[in-house]
Amino acid sequence: MFKKILKPFARFFDFQARTHYRMERHSMALTFGIIAAASVGGIVEIAPLFTIDDTVEADPNMRVYTPLEQAGRDIYIREGCYACHSQMIRTLRDEVERYGPYSLAVESQYDHPMLWGSKRTGPDLARLGDKYSDDWQVRHLVNPRDLVPESVMPQYAFLLETLLRTDDLSDRLSALRAVGVPYTDEMILNAAYDATGQANPDGPHADGVTERYGDATAVRYFDGRSDWVTEMDALVAYLQILGKLTDLPEQMQPVAEE
Amino acid sequence: MELTHDWFVGAAKSFGLFYLMGLFILITIYAYWPSLGGRFDKAAKSILDDEDGPVQRENKEDTPCQ
Amino acid sequence: MMSNLTGAERTKAMIITGFGAMVGLLMAIVGHDDPMGAHGWITLLFFGVLFFVVGNAFYDPEPTEDRAALYYDDPTKVGIILALLWAVVGMSMGVWVASQLAWPDLRFDAAWSSFGRLRPVHTSGVIFGFGGNALIATSYHIMQRTSRARMPDQISPWFVLLGFNLFCILAASGYIMGITQSKEYAEPEWYADLWLVVVWVVYFILYMRTLARRNEPHIYVANWYYLSFILVVAILHIVNNLALPASLTGAKSYSLFSGVQDAMTQWWYGHNAVAFFLTTGFLGMLYYFLPKRAERPIYSYRLSILSFWGIVFFYIWVGSHHLHYTALPYWVQTLGMTFSIMLLVPSWASAGNALMTLNGAWHKVRDDATLRFMMVAAVFYGLSTFEGSFMAIRPVNGLSHYTDWTIGHVHSGAMGWVAMITFGSIYALVPVLWRRETMYSWKAVEWHFWLALTGTVIYVFAMWNSGIIQGLMWRTYNEAGTLRYSFVDSLVAMHPYYIARAFGGLLFLTGACICLWNVVMTIRRVPLLAPALDYPTSSEAMEPAVPAAE
Repeated sequence: MFKKILKPFARFFDFQARTHYRMERHSMALTFGIIAAASVGGIVEIAPLFTIDDTVEADPNMRVYTPLEQAGRDIYIREGCYACHSQMIRTLRDEVERYGPYSLAVESQYDHPMLWGSKRTGPDLARLGDKYSDDWQVRHLVNPRDLVPESVMPQYAFLLETLLRTDDLSDRLSALRAVGVPYTDEMILNAAYDATGQANPDGPHADGVTERYGDATAVRYFDGRSDWVTEMDALVAYLQILGKLTDLPEQMQPVAEE
Repeated sequence: MELTHDWFVGAAKSFGLFYLMGLFILITIYAYWPSLGGRFDKAAKSILDDEDGPVQRENKEDTPCQ
Repeated sequence: MMSNLTGAERTKAMIITGFGAMVGLLMAIVGHDDPMGAHGWITLLFFGVLFFVVGNAFYDPEPTEDRAALYYDDPTKVGIILALLWAVVGMSMGVWVASQLAWPDLRFDAAWSSFGRLRPVHTSGVIFGFGGNALIATSYHIMQRTSRARMPDQISPWFVLLGFNLFCILAASGYIMGITQSKEYAEPEWYADLWLVVVWVVYFILYMRTLARRNEPHIYVANWYYLSFILVVAILHIVNNLALPASLTGAKSYSLFSGVQDAMTQWWYGHNAVAFFLTTGFLGMLYYFLPKRAERPIYSYRLSILSFWGIVFFYIWVGSHHLHYTALPYWVQTLGMTFSIMLLVPSWASAGNALMTLNGAWHKVRDDATLRFMMVAAVFYGLSTFEGSFMAIRPVNGLSHYTDWTIGHVHSGAMGWVAMITFGSIYALVPVLWRRETMYSWKAVEWHFWLALTGTVIYVFAMWNSGIIQGLMWRTYNEAGTLRYSFVDSLVAMHPYYIARAFGGLLFLTGACICLWNVVMTIRRVPLLAPALDYPTSSEAMEPAVPAAE
């Protein structure tokens, strides 16, 4: 049977007329042995996690990222911030005391992909939101060593000079909806307006943001500039929402294990 | 049958263990099957001198590989 | 190279490269206002150059002798050179990003040169560029030798090798432009991932077809390891990269998985990239080149079979040890920890098997730096698998995770095991492939060996120290019961170790540069191996007791 399945491919790649081709017993047995041995671990560990109701705590009040925050998240990914900053507070006493209540699975429910990270060259950012002012964040991103002389973080001054691209945000939001984030049609349709509106409280699109994403949504000049919506606006808006999508961790008042 | 989280966990713990033991036994039997010893020795020694080039045979198309 | 291709094969090559160039042009057009457009131009350039290389030699004389009487080594030769070029690029990036952590101003304030963008260039450059090319090249060599058969055709090996390098180029250039999925070691975006699937399927078929032409019923165990590398990497790559592009005219895509499922899938992939890219493939290398160079069969062939199945079965479970104390369900963490510890058995069986093979040939290890590379690789393999199992234990992981200890562990595996076995194999392989008597300079091999070993030791010790200090400082309390050190305190404590780490990496990079130089000089200066060699080569007078294999 495998001979039959693979034969067309063999013809395709086989340019030597005299070459005979056959899938023979030993190598196929080996192939299936490897697949049988290797797949079982993944299936047992990963498949159960998709019985999602049991894995992830439910929080009906969990809110989604606004287009501006999602754009900021994409910038966070683009710049590789996850290489040095984790977003996962473990259930250890010192971590809870240093960073805040430990992270719950529900908090990254809408994170495609997750940014738990694997290394803390810099501190954890899971509960960074509202810890510092917008102004602090902007100045820190422009040159970290102005505020923290010992820091080894790269400078990101160029974000303040780069206009945020908003024309592809509808595409991005609809892709996210397709993979499971509950964006409404209206949110997708108005993504570009909402992104500019959230960073421009005096502009015409500001009201739409709170209308669609809730009154608690921060609508500010995140980068301190009122002329343009920059990539700095998006990144700071994202940093300020970290850990703020749900208040479930605080409600549960988790007690650390150790 | 409902595929709940607990069902998966239970399956992993019971079936997984037997699968592991079964595989181990099968592979050990294969590796230590007495009549395969000669074949293994031959294979282990075969790589020490293999630069002569591909084995040439008459009627290559007709000869089976093994 | 071209003289080994028939007219029909040259035509096929031109069709494939021409088609690839058109796809590149299409990508460049539809993605013109997105970074994907730049990748279109790169693809166009890549295939365009190949198209003209083939076209230029299109009417050259065709091969006349019966090609089937010889192994097909041209792709292997190119693969070895490409591996060494990627080694120099990838390790240079490593030294640069390491230096940025010690001296952040070395970033020079350009958008593309930040640590976050360059770090994946380093990891992909060494893992896929250096490691991947070395694996593909040596697999071509080994599958033909152990099967006593020539590869079934002349086009698919080139397709796989060059196609894989296109993937590496798209990956590295993409990170610099900010194209990344953020999944560690799987950062390239959707179109590069799709391309790799095509390349990989051809690779698998090529391998199976070569094995089908073999002249022994039994398949030599090195091929088992290579086959598991090809197969499982395919599974891992496809599952972990399942993503939905935001649009077909842009690079950005979103993972199908989110949160805890995504984390588990990512580290199932991430740790098995270590297992099936950086371990089984290189064990295949070890099981072929070490016995060959030592001129002794492997100590226990049966043990190599047992440990093969042990590694294939156990490794796949251990990824969850990257997620101890996180929001991942507790039982999954425990499974990962348990299997990580059990994994030590087949791992040490492999390392022990390699070292026992050398028993009785220690004088060769003393005299021959090439064999010493392989011996040290086996030792580091044993050490880092022990360390890995240890670090997977939950409380130990509580200390080591998120710190430089992980980085040190990875590099003791990557530099001490993967790179060492690769360099040893390259030094054993180059004289055989190019029909030279020896390497150009055995002194350079010695220098490389000691630079690589010193560099690795400095690097690993620096990271052990910094990692453990870091982990302890984060959890130290003062008498009042509050945390004693701020995060910045721990960062300041790292500074001397970051300098030491960059220095260790620099030594290792120097060794890789020496290797590239030595290989190039061997090809250019060392005369062909001939029955009547009537003058000594420049290095022959000083040559140690063990001549090159063959």
